[in-house]
Amino acid sequence: MTAMTTLHSSGELPLKTERDIVLGRQTVRRLSQEQGFSLVDQTKIVTAASELARNALIYGGGGVLIWEVLLDGIKRGLRLTFKDEGPGIPNLELALTDGWTSGHGLGLGLSGARRLVNEFELDSAVGQGTRVTVTRWK
Amino acid sequence: MDRIPILRMGEFLLVTIQVDMHDELAMRLQDDLTNAIQTKGAKGVLIDISAMEMVDSFIGRMIADISGMAQILDAKTVLVGMQPAVAITLVELGLTLPGVATALNVDRGMQLLRRSMDDGDDDASFQR
Repeated sequence: MTAMTTLHSSGELPLKTERDIVLGRQTVRRLSQEQGFSLVDQTKIVTAASELARNALIYGGGGVLIWEVLLDGIKRGLRLTFKDEGPGIPNLELALTDGWTSGHGLGLGLSGARRLVNEFELDSAVGQGTRVTVTRWK
Repeated sequence: MDRIPILRMGEFLLVTIQVDMHDELAMRLQDDLTNAIQTKGAKGVLIDISAMEMVDSFIGRMIADISGMAQILDAKTVLVGMQPAVAITLVELGLTLPGVATALNVDRGMQLLRRSMDDGDDDASFQR
């Protein structure tokens, strides 16, 4: 992010149930459409959101999705933060490896979501929770 | 209770997914479909995802699992109608659905199933 980046609008959604994942996807779809994202870019950020929302629910025991529409000169972006207060991730490097999972998934959630966005930030402390922030620019 | 309808077309089953599925609904479809293969003696399954705007790793795994389960039950699965944006995203996500047969639309998927029946259940010609 540069000093030029300003916040246009923001909001927050709960991630407490499986239906919240669907609602999160639909919200991200609508926001990315409003920002004029191409269909492929919409699909990428929606898919990344779905992966990260499910992680927050299943591994983090639930959390929140914070969305922010960003303006940077003529650029428009969508920043999504997934925050939970779950057990945290002991080894961040390992967690970002394809195929690694602590549960029963495919282990593509974090590593795959990272490939679908322009900016990716992972912050986690054992016993305190996990925060993943992703940004996709138009 | 929400359910994705499973239609019977001769010896094949057709599933058209037209809603944004939550995870439990996807798991229920997997159960319903494997049961339907057995009770109806279906030889093939067409899964039409042309209305799906997103396939994430959970739904992708569900599709791959259905294909694997159907194969064990002696039925072929063909995934049809994937939107280009969904295909691009799936590959970038890291999910290439190995072992899942695909076709561009329902017509071609049906042709593929019929051909595999004519070939006398030759798995090698069907599986990639």
